[in-house]
Amino acid sequence: MDNEKWAFGLTMMVVGMGGTFLTLWVLGLVMDLLKKIFPLVDKDGKQS
Amino acid sequence: MLESMQTGLYGLTAGVNYLFTQGGPNVIMLLIAATLLYLGVKKGVEPLLLVPIGFGCMLVNIPLSDLMESGGLLRTLYDMGISNELFPLLIFVGIGAMIDFGALLENPKMLLFGAAGQFGIFLTLLLALALGFPALEAVSIAIIGACDGPTAIYVASQYAPQLLAPISVAAYSYMALVPIIQPPIMRALTTPRERIIRMAPIKKTVSPQTKLLFPIVVTLVTGLLAPKGLPLMGTIMLGNFMRECAVVTRLQKASENEIANIVTLFLGLAIGGTMEGHAFLKPTTLMIFGMGFVAICMDTVAGVLFGKLVCKLTGGKVNPLIGAAGISAFPMAARVVQAQGQIYDKKNHLLMHAAGVNTGGQIGSVVAAAVMLSVLKGMGLI
Repeated sequence: MDNEKWAFGLTMMVVGMGGTFLTLWVLGLVMDLLKKIFPLVDKDGKQS
Repeated sequence: MLESMQTGLYGLTAGVNYLFTQGGPNVIMLLIAATLLYLGVKKGVEPLLLVPIGFGCMLVNIPLSDLMESGGLLRTLYDMGISNELFPLLIFVGIGAMIDFGALLENPKMLLFGAAGQFGIFLTLLLALALGFPALEAVSIAIIGACDGPTAIYVASQYAPQLLAPISVAAYSYMALVPIIQPPIMRALTTPRERIIRMAPIKKTVSPQTKLLFPIVVTLVTGLLAPKGLPLMGTIMLGNFMRECAVVTRLQKASENEIANIVTLFLGLAIGGTMEGHAFLKPTTLMIFGMGFVAICMDTVAGVLFGKLVCKLTGGKVNPLIGAAGISAFPMAARVVQAQGQIYDKKNHLLMHAAGVNTGGQIGSVVAAAVMLSVLKGMGLI
């Protein structure tokens, strides 16, 4: 495999995999935040 | 008059004549079509897809039928919904309408399993490049590792339409083979003690507002970070928003039933139509099937190893088997985890945890594809 292909492959590996982890981590944080802003409230008005 | 009868007779025998003179690949493909139909009908392997794909494959390999020529039935279907990516996106609306992300929202950290489960994509990309495939073809092949048929079709139809048939058939075949491929890997990578770890029951903590806002927030965040994948994420989240808002039940039901069914039929036939013998029977096809297998194995390996890491970090509170569900094959991968867990402890219920990881894998596969496309765009390759 020539250098150009290696560079492309490694870039995709690092930025692609890293970008996927980063995006999903951010999504996880946002989902946690949503749960904090809108907690589940039971019929008696208590937060779960 | 005799001459016109001879030419008329030639019209009747031309197909058979073609089959015996230059139709070797067509005969092989007719056998493959029969195998696909057999697997779908008799073995129940993804019948909704393998039956139309198998039938489309049979139709296109009957010589001189011209079904994939301009104006032909299969070509019309292909142009209508594959070459412009419409069909996979419509299927995504239906998938979004079907999926309940509640289990994932109970523990959003499970999304990281969905990221680990995409490792096979990137490893296969390197493998495809090493085997000499050009960059965009390598990306399209690697996306089989997303274990997600519509995503694979979406990417391949844009960037490697000449490989669409083997990529989509491999993607759907391996999705169906998840219950066979994953268990040996899960057993090989975990210890008996790890397999019997019981995880704490999931408490219901997600409010209806959170579930309603989830698809909008996911669309915005992923759209901003990886805009090239917005058609994929946008359609899946549109379906999910219709499900959660509960005011467009008719649209939701239509998306997950009538629209998904009609599109699945058209999509399958059109994919089958791309399986013409002379174009399909190449060494490349075998290589793609081989790399697809590697991709899905490596997804499972990465998922289980990530599960082991989380198990260590949490002091043994997480069963590493759930890592195998971090792929997109929903809900099959979650069921595989549950079944494997119960082999070693009949009272171990991993299903809800695995379902959370599995829906994380569904989002993870779309995010991985979106990130790849955005990186390609950033590099000026698309």
